[in-house]
Amino acid sequence: MIMHPAIIALFAGSAIVGFMILYAACHGIGILRHWDLRSGSELQLRLERRTYLISTMMSCAFCFQIFSLFLFIYTADNLSRLLVGAMCGAGSLNANCYGYPALLFKILNFILGGVWLIVNYTDNMAPDYPMIRKKYFFLLLIVPCIAVEIFLQGAYFLNLDANIITSCCGSIFSGDGKGVGSVFTSIPVAPVKASFYLLAIVSAVSGVLFCLRGKAVAGIIFSLASILGFIVSLAALISFISTYYYQLPTHHCPFCILQREYWYVGYVLYLCLSLGVLSGASAGLLMFARGVESLKDILPSIQKRLVLISLVSQLLFLIVSAWPMIFTDFKLVS
Amino acid sequence: MIWIEKQRNIIDLALSSLLRKSGKNLALVIIYTAIVFILASVVFFISSLKREAALVLEASPEIVVQKLVAGRQALAPESYIDAMRGLRGTANVRGRLWGHYFDSTVGANYTIMACDDDAQLAAGTITIGRGMARTLSLKKGDSMKFDAYDGTSVDFKVGEILPYRSELVASDLILLRSDGFRRIFGMEEGSYSDVTLQVANRKEMATVAGKIKKLLPDSRPILRDEVLRTYEAIFDWRGGLLIVILCGAVLAFIIFAWDKASGLSFEERREICILKAVGWDTSEVMAMKLWEGAVISLLSFIFGIIGAYLHVFYTSYFLFGPVLKGWSVLYPSYQLIPAVDPYQLAALFFLTVVPYTAATLIPLWGAASIDPDEGMRL
Repeated sequence: MIMHPAIIALFAGSAIVGFMILYAACHGIGILRHWDLRSGSELQLRLERRTYLISTMMSCAFCFQIFSLFLFIYTADNLSRLLVGAMCGAGSLNANCYGYPALLFKILNFILGGVWLIVNYTDNMAPDYPMIRKKYFFLLLIVPCIAVEIFLQGAYFLNLDANIITSCCGSIFSGDGKGVGSVFTSIPVAPVKASFYLLAIVSAVSGVLFCLRGKAVAGIIFSLASILGFIVSLAALISFISTYYYQLPTHHCPFCILQREYWYVGYVLYLCLSLGVLSGASAGLLMFARGVESLKDILPSIQKRLVLISLVSQLLFLIVSAWPMIFTDFKLVS
Repeated sequence: MIWIEKQRNIIDLALSSLLRKSGKNLALVIIYTAIVFILASVVFFISSLKREAALVLEASPEIVVQKLVAGRQALAPESYIDAMRGLRGTANVRGRLWGHYFDSTVGANYTIMACDDDAQLAAGTITIGRGMARTLSLKKGDSMKFDAYDGTSVDFKVGEILPYRSELVASDLILLRSDGFRRIFGMEEGSYSDVTLQVANRKEMATVAGKIKKLLPDSRPILRDEVLRTYEAIFDWRGGLLIVILCGAVLAFIIFAWDKASGLSFEERREICILKAVGWDTSEVMAMKLWEGAVISLLSFIFGIIGAYLHVFYTSYFLFGPVLKGWSVLYPSYQLIPAVDPYQLAALFFLTVVPYTAATLIPLWGAASIDPDEGMRL
């Protein structure tokens, strides 16, 4: 194990977040079992009071989770100096079998946690907490994901051996290699480009339509397009966007853009992507609450705000990724 | 906008409440600052040392080749140099002469090294490091005696003292001509301590090292990147160990913060009850309490970071230096280059602010959940 101060910080952060979510989930079970808004019993009053604590605790936990995700990525990138063969975070995460799964679970939990907070915010706006059971059930589903993430992150750092030779991003994300990275790289650029731009147009049109007219269909299409757009954008980032930043047609690494040589532009891109999918998916999920009487007046405005945030994030992603395509001499001709 | 306005008003009230209880919060801020200060000092010092090591090694040869006999380092023959010169991609293949000399009068070991080019020094003169000059009170023009391998003594004149900026690596260094070196240690012509070389393409270093090993099976090539990695691992390990030990202090601080947040004074109880009686709900009182905690965290974090910055970069880390630096008779005195990056701050945030916030949440909620009628009865 490498005793890096940031690794100890990540361990401490994960332990605290894990404890907070477990605590919230334990009380969530109580709410799931005994919640009855019509009752004026002491237990119900206690449960109602406790919801304030759980909301605050979850907000703090997920704020720490966002920080933790970026600290994890930066630490992986930083560790590449210690590992033979690694040039950036791609190689560091490849140093053992836990690195990439840990990153995937961190991203997944970031999205799940964000969606939970949005659902919680919406639910708290209504006086009768119409989604209380659903949101605490959802919280119980997040707990195992957080536990897996803590295990994977711990296993990754504990099994990190500076003597093991890892692969550099050039071989992980090369067209003729094996693994998921190579699969993304080997997809021809033209269909990825076409689906990337097509989904951007679908998102823009359905998003604007939803904001103007508030049609449920437009909202669902927007939500699906933003979830699909997230995956396609990641593929596009590996397939062709990154090559414009590196000005190298053969370099597809999604981690090198996080480094100083590329002005840390990767952080902006990933933040836009995450915000886009988080608010887009939440707007779609809230469609299920459209029939709730107490949310009738509040829900459309919350959804419109979410769609707007998602649209702005996606637009920013498009601008930042198109920047080197327009303003540099590098041209990718297949 | 309404939300921002609401939060602004809550912050306003939180600040005035904090100011009213400034005496009570001062103890918390002092301990919190001390915790941030200690941890930040370790983190800043470790990253500065790593940066220094990287800068120092930047100018060192890319590969050093040692000859091994029975697992121990032995003198490298001239044939080693000739063999490596024939390898494609190598440049500046050179034999190095260096060794250690124990001075029993001061009880210190000097590093003696022959210059790359003998023409740089006049015969019978040496260049010495600042640490040596300081310890032995030597100045330019003074003479220095060495006991040679055969029991005779050899005299040298101090021609120059190395500049301050090189002190970190050259505090105990003596530079002299190769003939002087061979005279002291009795080393024969055509044999060297080790061989250094450069590689034209940095990415080919491992390949060249592999070729050397194949060509000279009794050799040990050491790559500059390997040395740098080892330094990084050692410094990280030392810093990590100290942070793990300091976690005990952080834990004690968390218990203190928990206790402090749980024990509400009469004034605080009354304040919360009045707020609730005039229409504030639990979440708003919690928000106010969280803002109070955020202000305390921010103040302590800033004070702790500034203190650590001054401690590490302007007072040479006098409090914990020996633990992390190590020690020796001829210890270099050096000033670290001041630099702090957001990564270090993020790690410190996780080690201090996150545990504090988590520890105070439940007590804050307990305080915010007081019934207003309780206050009316007080």
